[in-house]
Amino acid sequence: NLCLLFFQSVTIVCYSESFAFIYKYCTIYFYLLWPLPQQLHQSADRGCLSPQRFSFTYGRDSAAQTGCSVLDAAFKRYFSIIFPDFTKGSGLLMCENQSNRLSVKTGGCDGYPDEDSDESYNLSVSEGQAVLRSVTVWGALRGLESFSQLVYQDDYGSYFINKTEIVDFPRFAFRGLLLDTSRHYLPLHAILKTLDAMAYSKFNVFHWHIVDDPSFPYQSRTFPDLSNKGAFHPFTHIYTQSDVMRVIEHARMRGIRVVPEFDSPGHTQSWGKGQPGLLTPCYKGGVPSGSFGPVDPTIDTTYKFMESLLKEVKFVFPDSYVHLGGDEVSFACWQSNPNVRKFMEKMGFGKDFTKLESFYMESIMNMTAALNRTSIVWQDVFDYHERIPQDTVLEIWKGEKYQAELSRMTQAGHRVLLSAPWYINHISYGQDWRNSYAVQPQNFSGTEEQKKLVIGGEVAMWGEYVDATNLTPRLWPRACAAAERLWSNEEKTLNADLAFPRLEEFRCELLRRGIQAEPLFVGHCKHEYDGL
Amino acid sequence: MYCLLKLAPLFLAVAVCNGWLFGDFVGKQKEQDEISLWPLPQKFQSSAVAFKLSPASFQIVHAKQSSAGPSCGLLENAFRRYELHSPLFTFEPVLLYDSDLVELQVWVTSADPECDGFPSLQTDESYELSIDEPSAVLKAANVWGALRGLETFSQLVYEDYYGVNNINKTDISDFPRFAHRGILLDSSRHFLPLKVILANLEAMAMNKFNVFHWHIVDDQSFPYMSRTFPELSQKGAYHPFTHVYTPSDVKMVIEFARMRGIRVIPEFDTPGHTESWGNGQLDLLTPCYSGSSPSGTFGPVNPILNSSYDFMTQFFKEISTVFPDAYIHLGGDEVDFRCWESNPDIQKFMAQQGFGTDYSKLESFYIQRTQSKGYMVWQEVFDNGVKLKDDTVVEVWMGNKMEEELQNVTRAGFTTILSAPWYLDYISYGQDWQHYYKVEPLSFPGTDAQKKLVIGGEACLWGEYVDATNLTPRLWPRASAVAERLWSDKSVTDVGNAYNRLVQHRCRMVKRGIPAEPLFVGHCRQEYKGL
Repeated sequence: NLCLLFFQSVTIVCYSESFAFIYKYCTIYFYLLWPLPQQLHQSADRGCLSPQRFSFTYGRDSAAQTGCSVLDAAFKRYFSIIFPDFTKGSGLLMCENQSNRLSVKTGGCDGYPDEDSDESYNLSVSEGQAVLRSVTVWGALRGLESFSQLVYQDDYGSYFINKTEIVDFPRFAFRGLLLDTSRHYLPLHAILKTLDAMAYSKFNVFHWHIVDDPSFPYQSRTFPDLSNKGAFHPFTHIYTQSDVMRVIEHARMRGIRVVPEFDSPGHTQSWGKGQPGLLTPCYKGGVPSGSFGPVDPTIDTTYKFMESLLKEVKFVFPDSYVHLGGDEVSFACWQSNPNVRKFMEKMGFGKDFTKLESFYMESIMNMTAALNRTSIVWQDVFDYHERIPQDTVLEIWKGEKYQAELSRMTQAGHRVLLSAPWYINHISYGQDWRNSYAVQPQNFSGTEEQKKLVIGGEVAMWGEYVDATNLTPRLWPRACAAAERLWSNEEKTLNADLAFPRLEEFRCELLRRGIQAEPLFVGHCKHEYDGL
Repeated sequence: MYCLLKLAPLFLAVAVCNGWLFGDFVGKQKEQDEISLWPLPQKFQSSAVAFKLSPASFQIVHAKQSSAGPSCGLLENAFRRYELHSPLFTFEPVLLYDSDLVELQVWVTSADPECDGFPSLQTDESYELSIDEPSAVLKAANVWGALRGLETFSQLVYEDYYGVNNINKTDISDFPRFAHRGILLDSSRHFLPLKVILANLEAMAMNKFNVFHWHIVDDQSFPYMSRTFPELSQKGAYHPFTHVYTPSDVKMVIEFARMRGIRVIPEFDTPGHTESWGNGQLDLLTPCYSGSSPSGTFGPVNPILNSSYDFMTQFFKEISTVFPDAYIHLGGDEVDFRCWESNPDIQKFMAQQGFGTDYSKLESFYIQRTQSKGYMVWQEVFDNGVKLKDDTVVEVWMGNKMEEELQNVTRAGFTTILSAPWYLDYISYGQDWQHYYKVEPLSFPGTDAQKKLVIGGEACLWGEYVDATNLTPRLWPRASAVAERLWSDKSVTDVGNAYNRLVQHRCRMVKRGIPAEPLFVGHCRQEYKGL
């Protein structure tokens, strides 16, 4: 009996991993899902999957049918993920079972995922048939990912899946990952690869920190000089409009939102090159020193420029959120400039430059609101001036005391994103994913209402020391820890030791799918990475 | 104007015009390109006179007087490699132009060029390079020096803003400060596919490293496929077919390294760090006891059985035929004595030998009986007072009291190499290469004679958290800092200057296909294309 054989082989596999505890959990999780679904029931009964007979079909009562771009593409993608050897000829043993079908019952083939997208799904795998039910295509994508993680191959190359019932939904609606394409330019394929891996971990927001001090790679239609003069190179180190569209479409196909960040008034050195008059001229001893500071908040042209730029951003990026930055503004240059000082006086700001920054940010946020977009800003903006538009989303990035900050912000009624504990560009020796995993985003003093205002979090991979050479292994599987924290039930996933074998397995799965994910500790994968 | 004559796409014309307009800026950039040699040569003189190198007409040839000719496969191979390495053929030739410099003559001066030999600890790697019209000349005693010179030559070539390859009038006289400049890779904690090892040998050559210390087996796995004891890898590797180094793999590594003037020193660490050996070689390891009965677990190699020594003799006989280098690394580090202590037979043996309860004496006893040809050992072997042969190389790896250890080892008259400050598997945020760069290996108190015994050092990338996915960017360019410390003159210590050169050097590695990670914010003209 084929199936008996299979079970023996699982047992052996478990023993051979010199970790005794894996064996224990093998009996519970035959299939190591990441992130862990909210409710999971698996039985020892399994069925074979035949690549020849397997198919994805739309349920008869499904609102989405063939022609739904997102799911048609997802079927194609997941077929080769599930059956990697299919094109190379299948396993020795033919599956004698009935035909397999995955039936998808879903509704609404929306354009883009958004903050309210329902990502929940139910997956029921029974004899010969699996049914995936979801309200939206985005939920269907999450379910397809889980389904693909349930399928495994035995040593003879045959594919199996166990009887499984999954009821799943994300704990947080906003599960983001930040890439910084300014400090180092990231080639398009590095970004697309990251989006692939994000989908495997059920991340759903790509926070694109697209420009900053060092370079301006975004090619603007309205202000082409910004990248012509502000990019590392005006032709090889930029994102054209079609590049950006490709990123957005690649992300959409995976149920991922693209939220761009145009950080101002600080972090804008590279803007100044292509937009003369935008930045504040710094003074030294009564004369301009030749260097420039943050955006000049005292002149009308600045606001006109920002309005045009934000209009373009609205046009190019479909997401309803825009990140406006607002962090780490150095006041020294403003202070040195006599025009800025005059403006301060006129406005009655005294010597408090935080008021000037708030004045600027408020204008930009109002502009954004007028464009029907939700602003995200870094915590600095709130720290300077607590009375900011209520629907602004605040992002916490400062490491110390983020719990207190969560309390204050939610008390003020703001929605909050947490990224402070997930700055994974900071590296150290050993298994630092455990620190990310131990984070409890709602563990702060506040009411239930306040806790609900935490809409999610973000993993941040800042670019000081990262480019295409090391991005992927530095990101994966370290980012997976936050992915599970943001998706799964915290009570079921607090123990990092229990998560370890599952994550180890998942990183091997990432490797098999062509993601260059680094090891967690000593050991090996069946399919090692075969690049450099 | 020059730029107007070109039928190049518009953007090129613009760039060229800018070049004229902002002459100063371009000049600055160029200067930075020109001085990006890594590691910095011992003597270096360069003038602003630049010669053009045309892909069509420039070639690397054997000098008439050279003892090496077209039959020297090693050099022929290197010539081809460096023609490809230099930007000569990697950039689309937009412009046709004549070469000012038509050839690089490679002149090997000693009677035996050592084309078919292997580099050794005694190898002379010095070379002289003179770049002038119409021919450049590279002079070296043997092929090994010629290889170092070819690498330097390739680093001298730069592309100007018109896409033309240039090289400045230059005279270089160069030699390494230390003879042993190594990289340790650990293929036991994670298996490293052959491709990764070869790519890193390539990167080593770009940095003038000359020893690949192959920590090939350890507790976790035994990927070395032994002809004498095939069960070692059959049962000790992570997978007996996909996670092993076959004899032909090993041969390929050795030959690939030889072609680049790199020695391959394998490490077969015993008596500790041998768990994986026990899977395929029964009774080799010491059975640990719990109370009065065997616990089922095993400790270090069992040093009281003749069979252990018979095995080792046979095994190391194979190793010394497979690996041509005069040295083998015998390990000897971190032996955990608890298992030996628990075993009643070993207790009995200790009493018989009069070792008392000093288990380091038992370790000494073991090491002395397994000594083979030239060997290297980790510092504990010396610390534990094992009687060592005179030509033993002691590797200092412990970070605390490193200077004291160097003092002691050299006072006892042993040659030594330093790896303690260069454990590159320890990562941290930021530019840690600067720490590696600032190390001065000879700063310990001691006589000149003692200092001469420090023959070099090694950058170690242990494998707990490293495999094919992250090895190369984690190693480079961090190891480059060690490369310069071991090659260049003691006085080359300016971190700012090193930074500027290293930024260029890492872009050069990226251009040559090595995913070397960035030092800090910035960009390379050609970013990494892999993934």
